[in-house]
Amino acid sequence: MRFKDVFSIIGPSMVGPSSSHTAGAVRIGRAARRIFGALPAQAEIKFYGSFAETYRGHGTDLAIAGGLLDYDTDDMRIRDSLTIADASGMTLAFKTGSNPAVHPNTAKLTLTGDGREDIITGSSIGGGNIELTGINGFDVKFTMNYPTLLVFHKDRPGMLADMTNILGDGGVNIGYMDVDRKGRSGDALTVIETDEAVPGALMERIRVLPDVQRVCLADLTAGEVKS
Amino acid sequence: MKFQTLQQLIACCSSDGVSIGQLMLSEQAKETGKSEAETFELMADYYNIMKEAVRRGIEEPVPSRSGLTGGDASRVHQYMNGGLPSLGTEACTALAYALSVSEVNASMGRIVATPTAGSCGIIPGVFVSAQERHGWEDRHLVMGLFAAGAIGYVIANNSFISGAEGGCQAEIGSAIGMAAGALTELRGGTPEQAVHAVGLALKNSLGLICDPVGGLVEIPCIVRNGFGAVTALAAADMAQAGVRSVIPSDEVIGVMLEVGTAMPAKHRETAKGGLAQTPTGRRIMNNLYGANRGRKENGEGETTQP
Repeated sequence: MRFKDVFSIIGPSMVGPSSSHTAGAVRIGRAARRIFGALPAQAEIKFYGSFAETYRGHGTDLAIAGGLLDYDTDDMRIRDSLTIADASGMTLAFKTGSNPAVHPNTAKLTLTGDGREDIITGSSIGGGNIELTGINGFDVKFTMNYPTLLVFHKDRPGMLADMTNILGDGGVNIGYMDVDRKGRSGDALTVIETDEAVPGALMERIRVLPDVQRVCLADLTAGEVKS
Repeated sequence: MKFQTLQQLIACCSSDGVSIGQLMLSEQAKETGKSEAETFELMADYYNIMKEAVRRGIEEPVPSRSGLTGGDASRVHQYMNGGLPSLGTEACTALAYALSVSEVNASMGRIVATPTAGSCGIIPGVFVSAQERHGWEDRHLVMGLFAAGAIGYVIANNSFISGAEGGCQAEIGSAIGMAAGALTELRGGTPEQAVHAVGLALKNSLGLICDPVGGLVEIPCIVRNGFGAVTALAAADMAQAGVRSVIPSDEVIGVMLEVGTAMPAKHRETAKGGLAQTPTGRRIMNNLYGANRGRKENGEGETTQP
């Protein structure tokens, strides 16, 4: 079933004008913000397809900026988000590109700040629903409809078992997983969607596992920023 | 969810002895692990946002962000108050309210996607006008939203609800079907009658293309929301009078899938056909985007793989 529940039909509550070009774009920006873990100093946003054609008319630029400011889809500050971003010290650059291979409503966000960089690609697939399809060169696919744990690690035997055992011990149920690696024994990213948010203590246990480089929780089901 | 078709929805309501709205509320609570009270409250918040959006566009003209549209809701409302609208006051009120919510959407105001932002005026237009007419409590309308959601859930999973996938029939058409079925239930109709209302309504919008001028959710989206609210009232009246959808509603949903799948891309929210490509539509688009359209943005556009 593509649509899981009644609130994917009635909802979200949002500022207009388009559930795909506005609300979905807010969620892409906000997901990227949660993954980066802080307000980036610079954000370069590249729009593809219908996003590239109509982003100004739909306020897709305002929506992405609002998401990066951690606003929800119905936050009225989205209308002024470019000004607020400027005042908050975030520099934004909007560009357009073309690539027939991607979904018509796609944005690629390059976030930098604090000596770090994350490159996050997401598509808006209708009714405010999104799919993230690329994280720092890893090809993964997930929806942000559930609390989502991203673990960057080395590819090695037993890595997944180590992570899932910790979650299982802590009573956290996994609904979906996606893994991509850049090569055998190379860098890998594991994305884990869970029914409930992963407690900080469990994240810490995963973070100190051998060969784990970075752990972040991106949770759009919760109101507050978690890093 | 324990129903995947409208026929199964009727059967579940019948075996549990509940309304469509109540069945959806129970199923939603079961699916998410949240209580029915908590689930109800979220929907009640949504209804308040809808009422506020209705009020805003009626009280004063709300210009769209592009400046292309706005003010039609208050125009229709004033006309209605000053004379005898052909529709009669009740239907004309639903029309004005649907236009209002849709105009608020185009102004980047706050709305609830029902099922999308492009079709966000129809359900509030029908619901808020019916509430005023019948003096219903909010609670009744919130249950109606669950009924509308159950119908939309079946349509979305067996066909589509986005213009990019299935044309306007998938957005406006789905919203009319949802509003018609829900209103039938709100007015005391049986689940079976409500489902007939859905089929009757959907048949009237089959084949409707999505051809927004400039790709914006304004022309013709806003007026189609107004027309949609009026059509939903007509479908609910027919169903309550005992008119049946001879082609079962689930089969009509199948036709929407067939027609939408066969629809050319230029008629599916790309602004490359239909009203968007009329001489006037093209002129409006050029005024909006100027010489930049189709060219590189700020000279910095790149063609690369994301």
